[in-house]
Amino acid sequence: MRNKTSRSARRSGRRGPLASIVLIALGLAATGGAYVAFSSVSATASIDLSSPAVIDEGSKLFAANCATCHGMQAQGTANGPSLIGVGSAAVDFQVGTGRMPMQAQGPQALKKPVQFTAEQTSALAAYVSSLAPGPSIPTQTQLENGNVSNGGELFRINCAMCHNVAGAGGALTEGKFAPVLKGVAAVHVYEAMLTGPQNMPVFNDLNLTPDEKKDIIAYLAYNEANPSPGGLELGSLGPVSEGLFLWIFGLGSIVALTVWITAKSN
Amino acid sequence: MAKNESGPADIVPASGHERSTDVVLGTAVVSPDAFPDPGLPPHRLRVVDTDPKAAKKAERVVYALFYLSIVGSVFAVFAYMFFALDPNDLNSVRLNNLYIGLGITLSLLAIGIAAVHWGKAVMADHESVDERHPTRGSEETRARAIEIFKEADAESGFSRRSLIRNGLIASLVAFPLPAIALFRGLAPMDVDPNNELKHTMWEKGLRLTRDPSGLPIKASDLTIGSAFQVIPEGLADLPPHERLDAKAKAAVILVRMKPEELNWTSAERESWSYQGIVAYSKICTHVGCPVALYEQQTHHLLCPCHQSQFDLENECKVIFGPAARPLPQLPITVDSEGYLVAARGFDQPVGPSFWERLN
Repeated sequence: MRNKTSRSARRSGRRGPLASIVLIALGLAATGGAYVAFSSVSATASIDLSSPAVIDEGSKLFAANCATCHGMQAQGTANGPSLIGVGSAAVDFQVGTGRMPMQAQGPQALKKPVQFTAEQTSALAAYVSSLAPGPSIPTQTQLENGNVSNGGELFRINCAMCHNVAGAGGALTEGKFAPVLKGVAAVHVYEAMLTGPQNMPVFNDLNLTPDEKKDIIAYLAYNEANPSPGGLELGSLGPVSEGLFLWIFGLGSIVALTVWITAKSN
Repeated sequence: MAKNESGPADIVPASGHERSTDVVLGTAVVSPDAFPDPGLPPHRLRVVDTDPKAAKKAERVVYALFYLSIVGSVFAVFAYMFFALDPNDLNSVRLNNLYIGLGITLSLLAIGIAAVHWGKAVMADHESVDERHPTRGSEETRARAIEIFKEADAESGFSRRSLIRNGLIASLVAFPLPAIALFRGLAPMDVDPNNELKHTMWEKGLRLTRDPSGLPIKASDLTIGSAFQVIPEGLADLPPHERLDAKAKAAVILVRMKPEELNWTSAERESWSYQGIVAYSKICTHVGCPVALYEQQTHHLLCPCHQSQFDLENECKVIFGPAARPLPQLPITVDSEGYLVAARGFDQPVGPSFWERLN
């Protein structure tokens, strides 16, 4: 049967059933590979943000998902700020970390599972950046090979007061907080500095130069790659969690020891 | 007093009349149904007293713990020697500390546990009674003590020779004075501390520069929502010790807001800002922590130490927390090249209150 088919395939110039399996496998591998490349590098690596087709796609997504609060022309409403001039970096940060679309009005938009695919996020970014010029998404080379020690000094001066010296985050006023920086993609850290999302101040390129931003990212990456050798960081929160731990377990074991010392041996 | 020997036969309900023969009736309240003395519980043998195997085992545990302590001490020494510090690897320092600490912990803890276990399980175990003696001395002893004081006073002339006695008291009072003078010497040399607390490096025409690089800042460098951590021009070039001293007073936070969001109490205060750019001392007026937690949308500055909040829209007045005064504002303007400069120094001392601060 198979022989017959392959013979007839050769004769007719058509593909046999095995060939289609191979083709499907190739297609899957290519899609998967492309997806991996896509998600690991940057959402914009292969998408041209200035192409009219992408912008058009983005404007449709915007009208369906964002316009309720931000207005049909992204001009802003009582429920959400104007997005004119915020640039693609702000969109990639807010949508790419799941903060937008916002679930509910509150002290602060919370990080949650990302609602859009990388392509959709890029399309939205393309649309918003087509409205007016603004900070754009950094390229991969802007995120690599920073100076850790300089980054540490800059981080302690500009960031550590809110985000904690180990990047463990901290409380602000009235329910707001500075989020944990562990596990945040370098591109999102860069975009956050550039655009100042929510209550974070803006650190534009004249305040922290692109090289300095790179250094800060390198410092965060170094911190993440070198955890506490004792294994128990207690959230890196410093005296609060460490003091609580000692009160409970340190004093607890002292009480247990005194009970043991004074108990009669059996 | 009844002896504390065990056995229920000895336990007599203590009634007030039997016990207090020397107390005049009516001066002491003695309960007629006082709690009976329960005596000691019967002696209970330990496992190590009955089972020679267990006794042997307890002995082994004790000396094994002492040897384990030696292992811990030696381990700490080896950890110090062999987990070498690599200047390029911060983790090597942490590991070094960790292992030294574990070694010392083991050595001390094992000694402690072994000693307690020794006392509890290996040493002889029997109850004994130590009678408590009355603390009051006999009448003769007390009378003699008073006599001795009187004799000593008469022989030394402590009461009689008042010049000597007063001299002794005065010399003892004078003795700690040099310590006070020496402590005064810990204050800064050749400067008036009061003046030091009242003045910072800031003065007219000094440029605002970035911390830590010391690069000057142009007004156009600030976009709405920007926050710069600022030091005065020249601070970055000071030697390290002086730099920290100066920075502890002169640190400033510089932000740009929309001019219409700023409310001013006077036109003069308004002139201290430049096109929505304002500079405030970063030193909290409560106890001097750096107030740099700036919220871009609410324009609040939060002090991380005691949660004082300052409102940048209203001249940094306190809206929450223990701080007593607004943060002092640094009057700023621009020079001919567009760089931000101080129009003058702070109009009041920065930071927390001190004795000589007048308000």
